[in-house]
Amino acid sequence: MINLPATIKISLRSLRVNKMRSALTMLGIIIGVAAVITMLAVGRGASNKISEQISAVGSNLIIVLPGSTTTGGIRLGSGAIQNLNRADADAIKSECSAVSTTAPILNGGAQIVYGNQNWATVVYGTDESMVEIRDWTLAIGRNFYEQEIRSAAKVCILGQTVVDNLFGNNDPIQQIIRIKKVPFTVIGVLDSKGQSMMGQDQDDIIYVPVTTAQRNLFGRTFPGTVRSIMVKAKSTEELDRAEAQIKELLRQRHRIGPTQEDDFTVRNLTQMMQMAEQSSKVMALLLAAIASVSLLVGGIGIMNIMLVSVTERTREIGIRMAVGAKSWDIRTQFIIEALILSLIGGLIGVLLGILSSELLSFFAGWTILISTYSIVLSFGFSGLVGIFFGFYPAYKASLMNPIDALRHE
Amino acid sequence: MALIETDQLEKKYEVGDSIVHALNKVSLQISAGEFVAVMGPSGSGKSTFMNVIGCLDEPTAGRYLLDGIDVSQMDRDALAEIRNEKIGFVFQGFNLLSRTTALENVEVPLLYSKNIPKDRSHKAREALKLLGLEERQQHHPNQLSGGQQQRVAIARALVNNAPLILADEPTGNLDTKTSVEIMELFVRLNEEKKITIVLVTHEPDISAYSKRIIRFLDGQIISDQENRP
Repeated sequence: MINLPATIKISLRSLRVNKMRSALTMLGIIIGVAAVITMLAVGRGASNKISEQISAVGSNLIIVLPGSTTTGGIRLGSGAIQNLNRADADAIKSECSAVSTTAPILNGGAQIVYGNQNWATVVYGTDESMVEIRDWTLAIGRNFYEQEIRSAAKVCILGQTVVDNLFGNNDPIQQIIRIKKVPFTVIGVLDSKGQSMMGQDQDDIIYVPVTTAQRNLFGRTFPGTVRSIMVKAKSTEELDRAEAQIKELLRQRHRIGPTQEDDFTVRNLTQMMQMAEQSSKVMALLLAAIASVSLLVGGIGIMNIMLVSVTERTREIGIRMAVGAKSWDIRTQFIIEALILSLIGGLIGVLLGILSSELLSFFAGWTILISTYSIVLSFGFSGLVGIFFGFYPAYKASLMNPIDALRHE
Repeated sequence: MALIETDQLEKKYEVGDSIVHALNKVSLQISAGEFVAVMGPSGSGKSTFMNVIGCLDEPTAGRYLLDGIDVSQMDRDALAEIRNEKIGFVFQGFNLLSRTTALENVEVPLLYSKNIPKDRSHKAREALKLLGLEERQQHHPNQLSGGQQQRVAIARALVNNAPLILADEPTGNLDTKTSVEIMELFVRLNEEKKITIVLVTHEPDISAYSKRIIRFLDGQIISDQENRP
């Protein structure tokens, strides 16, 4: 049986006596724990930001782009031709079982005018499915009606940035804006999505019916075509199947022989971003692993100091043994001492880690995420380090011969 | 029944190639309530004898019964328990924990008892009071005189109600006047509390306080006689 409160008291006293030494020993653990917490906070912040962006772009997305073409042996780059059209988009939607919905895109830059304000932005000709595909919601107003797409109605939905720049605080609904001098009626405003992964402002956007875009805005070079097709798969598991189905269907529709190359490209956006998220997670773990090495070094510092302490206090150990302390009592006393060092160090380290993470996010503007998990993990690890590195010195102390220990000067 | 009973006790050390017989077939009995002085020149084996009967050292051969318990074959933790319950130590160099108050020093043996008493500080205070140190409870050893420090050590030896006090040159570091005070204290404890005291000394003045004097030479008892103070 060991008297824990009394043992803790004894340990605290001996740590207080050597304040400087205890503080320096703790410093190793403090730095280690703080580093682990900061690294995990930065890493998790980064991967969190990426997954936020994934959901901002829309989940389970595939984009179909026109491929390259070869004219007289010269290969032109991707998008040099426009060989996708609305019929392709509709066919993908109706014939590919793994696809939930599609939206054609015909986009281009344009100058927008409202009253005495004007603004340059990107105008996307698309259809009513786009909002759903991008997991977007409307702040005010409504989505396109199917009929407006068919009839090439001059209506538009604005992104938040466009609204801010043209309307300020005024209600834009039912107002007329001019896109490339063509008047459009505003029917809706999208919710704000913020920056994309590449740093683009996703709210700097205008949606118009794809038919209107073809007829009135960007249809001159390749009439009847679209720039790309956005596809939403039914689920993340179905992404690969959807990709294969789209390829097969488009090869058929574009009459591409078995030996010929695709004249389009299918890109799995979600997969790309998930890979980015994955790699940032791996990076976070790697950083934490490196930081935990310093925790280990701190532990070795504890062992070093505990060994010195045991030697210094040989006589005390002898006295305690003479009046009846068992090996276990001596061992516990020194392990508790090491544990107290590492736990206090761990606690300060946690606070310092939180502080430095907050400072990083404040001054460097990094996204950080301090999780309870990382605090529990690093604090627990510091305790383990204390027990592990305290054990050998404590064991050595407990094996002392009381007679020799009493004689020790 | 004898409190201490040794039978053919031997302790051998190997020093290089030769073997030193620190104790050579020592057989003796000390009854409860005795006041024994152990004398002898250095190297005579008296310190080894004290270490063995104090359960700090194990004999190489022979038997040792303490309070009827055979302790000669016990492991170190069992010996620690015996020391805690049966023996109070008083050393020449006091051996108090520095940076620890008198009261806490006296409490230390209680922390290692089988059943840790709840009223530890009360017991420790009582022991200090018995030795006239109630005013000095919160003093640290370096704030106390030699005599006071030795009295704290005696209080520590008494606190667990051990039937035996082993004192190794308890007055070795004290002046004559303080030595007399300490020795009178031992006599009082022996007579009033019936505590068995075994004391190592090489000073005849000190051994004069005892009732029995055992002399060691070359690891053997050469004389064992009553002493009438």
